Amino acid sequence: MQGYLSLWDEYGGQMMSAFWGNLQLTFWAAIGSLVLGTILALMRISPVPSFRAFGTSYVNIFRNTPLTIIMTFGVLVLFGVFKVQFSSDFNLNFFQIAIVGLTIYHSAFVCEAIRSGVNTVPLGQAEAARAIGLSFLPAARMIILPQAFRGAIAPLGNVLIALIKNTTVAVAGSVAEISGLMKTMLEFRADVGILIFLTIAVFFVIVVIPVGLLTTYLSKKLAVAR
Amino acid sequence: MSTDSHSNSAKSDLTPIVRLSAVNKHYGQLHVLQNINLEVTKGEVVVVLGPSGSGKSTLCRTINRLETIDSGTIEIDGKMLPEEGKMLAKLRADVGMVFQSFNLFAHKTILENVTLGPIKAKGMKKSEADKLALTLLERVGVANQKDKLPAQLSGGQQQRVAIARALAMRPKVMLFDEPTSALDPEMINEVLDTMVGLAKEGMTMIVVTHEMGFARKAADRVIFMADGLIVEESTPDQFFTNPQSARAKDFLGKLITN
Repeated sequence: MQGYLSLWDEYGGQMMSAFWGNLQLTFWAAIGSLVLGTILALMRISPVPSFRAFGTSYVNIFRNTPLTIIMTFGVLVLFGVFKVQFSSDFNLNFFQIAIVGLTIYHSAFVCEAIRSGVNTVPLGQAEAARAIGLSFLPAARMIILPQAFRGAIAPLGNVLIALIKNTTVAVAGSVAEISGLMKTMLEFRADVGILIFLTIAVFFVIVVIPVGLLTTYLSKKLAVAR
Repeated sequence: MSTDSHSNSAKSDLTPIVRLSAVNKHYGQLHVLQNINLEVTKGEVVVVLGPSGSGKSTLCRTINRLETIDSGTIEIDGKMLPEEGKMLAKLRADVGMVFQSFNLFAHKTILENVTLGPIKAKGMKKSEADKLALTLLERVGVANQKDKLPAQLSGGQQQRVAIARALAMRPKVMLFDEPTSALDPEMINEVLDTMVGLAKEGMTMIVVTHEMGFARKAADRVIFMADGLIVEESTPDQFFTNPQSARAKDFLGKLITN
């Protein structure tokens, strides 16, 4: 017990700031992948065959590529070889590369979650929208997507939960986040090794459980009555 | 029984609002529309009858291109139906459609359902659209429900809202695709009465239905379809009292006449 308390004395502040990094990664990547995923979903349901083909290819490529590889690619190839730099600050640059990597990966899943939501909207809704003279984009924006999002809350919640936990992969992109710190702590404080694991796990559980409860609640509350 | 002798409408001196010529459509092997020719003039009420699977709903849906066709031409008020894009959307705004399953926008209120088209597709001001919508909802008798969601209304009320939604676009022609087939019996009449009212006011209507009473009361012309063909075309009186084709005689014989 004494040992565990001293771990907090030694690393408490760092753990907090490292986990804050995970939460920031989650926040920005969630916004990014919601936007990109929505655009991809629109492409996949659009009447234009080349858009559909692009959307399908994107989803199949990035859904099936390990996140670690996307992260490593960002750092070693984008930054290392092609010198792509989002920010002049060294650490901030890696942080932003990690956000881009997380966004690229998770938008494929967001796209599919939204598409599952689109499937909850009866075909007649789109037909009625077309029949009053709305073309594809207005019909999608005003009729299909508002109902699709409400039908996709639960699967979108799953993607968010996966994203929160996947921010730990940013360690592959040299970002100071909690799983990187965990390694360091394990190295220097092997005496409380198991407790370190458990502590980090609890960090995530505390954040993830409310997300799950909230999305389940919202998916019932906002369900479209038919 | 021939397929291509139906374009001799009595009112052929007027430009037809809807003109189909030599329209063909297949679903895989099934030839669902076979060389269809049809002209509907302004103010005319055409009722399309026929057994299930005869292609009458498909015919109705091709007129605003919810179904594509394989060959032939469709004109609305003298303009060819465009294939896709903005032009098609614009033309659809002139063709009102009422569906079997109502298809009211489930996440929007009754009032919003009616105002959406005028505001978004025609650029009408919201205040103006609200006024128009209330007038129309009043006319179909559901103005007191304007702030509810579609799921809170009965089927008959929903269908009357759907009629108001279509009317709000001030269409040149209204298509009704089996508008009463999904309704409980006691709600059928409230919808039919609304439609008879429209017909009396001179709305051009194409109505696919199983309601023979409506055909008798409101139709200027009855079209009988079977197996993708227009088999017979005549006045309601003529059709119900003296059908010419064996197919129509057989169809009418199986109905419990009212």
